[in-house]
Amino acid sequence: MPVSLLASDVTLGYDQSPVITGLSLDVPDHSFTIVIGPNACGKSTLLRGLARLLAPTAGAVLLDGQSIQRQKSKDVAKRLGLLPQSSLAPDGITVADLVARGRFPHQHALRTWSRDDEAAVAAAMAATNVTELSRRLVDELSGGQRQRVWVAMALAQQTGHLLLDEPTTFLDIAHQIDLMELFAELHRGGTTLVAVLHDLNHAARYASHLVAMRDGEIVAQGEPREIITEQIVEAVYDLPCRVITDPVSGTPLVLPLGGRRP
Amino acid sequence: MSDISAAQGSSTRAPGATHSPGTVDFGRRLLRIDRAGLAGLMSVRTVLVCCALALAIVVAGLVSMTIGSYGLSAWDTLRALVDAGFDPDARQVVYEWRFPRVLFAVLCGAALALSGGIFQSLTRNPLGSPDIIGFGVGAQFGVTLTMLLLNLNTYPFKAVGALVGGLATALLVYLLAMKRTVSSFRLIIVGIGVSAGLGSLTSWILISVSVEQAMMAATWGAGSIASLGFDQLVPAAIVFGAVVLFAVPLRRSLPVLEMGDDAATALGIHPGRTRLAAMVLGVALVALVTAAAGPISFIALAAPQISQRLVRANTPMSMLPVMLTGAALVVVSDAVGQLLAVPVGVITVSVGGVYLAWLLATQYARRA
Repeated sequence: MPVSLLASDVTLGYDQSPVITGLSLDVPDHSFTIVIGPNACGKSTLLRGLARLLAPTAGAVLLDGQSIQRQKSKDVAKRLGLLPQSSLAPDGITVADLVARGRFPHQHALRTWSRDDEAAVAAAMAATNVTELSRRLVDELSGGQRQRVWVAMALAQQTGHLLLDEPTTFLDIAHQIDLMELFAELHRGGTTLVAVLHDLNHAARYASHLVAMRDGEIVAQGEPREIITEQIVEAVYDLPCRVITDPVSGTPLVLPLGGRRP
Repeated sequence: MSDISAAQGSSTRAPGATHSPGTVDFGRRLLRIDRAGLAGLMSVRTVLVCCALALAIVVAGLVSMTIGSYGLSAWDTLRALVDAGFDPDARQVVYEWRFPRVLFAVLCGAALALSGGIFQSLTRNPLGSPDIIGFGVGAQFGVTLTMLLLNLNTYPFKAVGALVGGLATALLVYLLAMKRTVSSFRLIIVGIGVSAGLGSLTSWILISVSVEQAMMAATWGAGSIASLGFDQLVPAAIVFGAVVLFAVPLRRSLPVLEMGDDAATALGIHPGRTRLAAMVLGVALVALVTAAAGPISFIALAAPQISQRLVRANTPMSMLPVMLTGAALVVVSDAVGQLLAVPVGVITVSVGGVYLAWLLATQYARRA
């Protein structure tokens, strides 16, 4: 059976210059797929394509067997969520009001707030641990709290698929782990997650399916154990390293060898 | 109203203290409607503010109808308005002359305020109103051209002139401000420049035509609703009704667009399409007022901000309170203008100038 989210032979790019040419990717259902690769390898471009923020110039992204561009955007939004790299919180908006905006695709002119909306927002806030913050202004929160509020908004959308564009960038290590654990919990609950991540060790620890990209192409994909090897890491990042087993999680752990490259 | 703010103040200190699981603590008193076909949420404060504004409009409108050389008490004015068999002279003065003027004040205020709300939401900036970014001056320029060069002086032609002038200016400002993406700051600066240019062009046209024509244009250019009757009100109201109807979906989509194009797309909005529709509707609202009454400045700038503070909204696009605030501002300004014997546009421009100075000062203080 085909997977519900896939990129089929897509060409993606900006202003006529493609970053990715003829790439295909199946996102396994109920997986926690993490895309890694060096800067400018096209991983964010790929995610933007999957999220329909960028229309492919060739090929198609299919959601439930149909091109994502041809479906009504609001219908897609009921099944596919996104945590963008940066969003703007309107001035003076409270946490509860911001999370409630995640219900937009489920509402229409005469049903602007139903019991389902209320239950979804309450559940999303509980899952991300921001219920206590509900009356606070988003501007006043710390970076870690704010990111959890944005995740809550994406969860309130109640989609089977959730795309995450570098969700832990700019957070300290404790908040990064906190957020990754939250995503792992969502994954165990059955949500399909696709994340673009910079931290190889987080990727190795949390991914169920790892995709390594370089120069707009997929170099390798599979279980972290198969992908995070000294050969593949060096091939993808030009970074000599050792890979050992993480004594905490049992997953691969990358240790860069360092030293200036010639 | 004070007990609501008190309740909010105390509850911020103990967040989420008293709410049951499965519900959301919005931190304000809410009215809930939940039926099969209709479900929604409205804050008690918004309902109260809207009722108070509606009352203010009715009272100020009634008072404004008693002002004039034909002296009438408020009670007689009311009777002349509703009772067709009342003294025919009073009936003519109140119903035929003064009543349409008040209705026009309501319509102009509501249209300008909604237009301001649309552009402030689009630009995410309290300065991003059509007065500042030049679309109002563009509409004015369009009407001036229609009146003086084409010699067409009826409402439909002026409305088309205003719409074309406004849209052309909007296009010009966008093209000049475009640099891969449009930043709202650049848009506002370019808009100020373009309006200055169009203002000079308008003045130049005025000094090149005959004195009679210039007088006519200048009277209109001061922004007055004094001489307007039902024959102008009916077409303006029809256009207004249609534009508002089309603008209703923006009430929900523009606040989502304020969070950025990526977040809005993820929630099922087409940012380009929504922005284009909002721009055209916003310009149309300014154009329909400008064609009838001339430029009535600062309502579009001030009303959304005042309303946002009154109802404690997080967007300038809460349609009903914004339109009521605008209507109340224009009705009151027009009444004051009649007492001082100056056009309503002069009042709004004077009060608005003070407001703009204050807004710039506070914005600057926040950035520094």
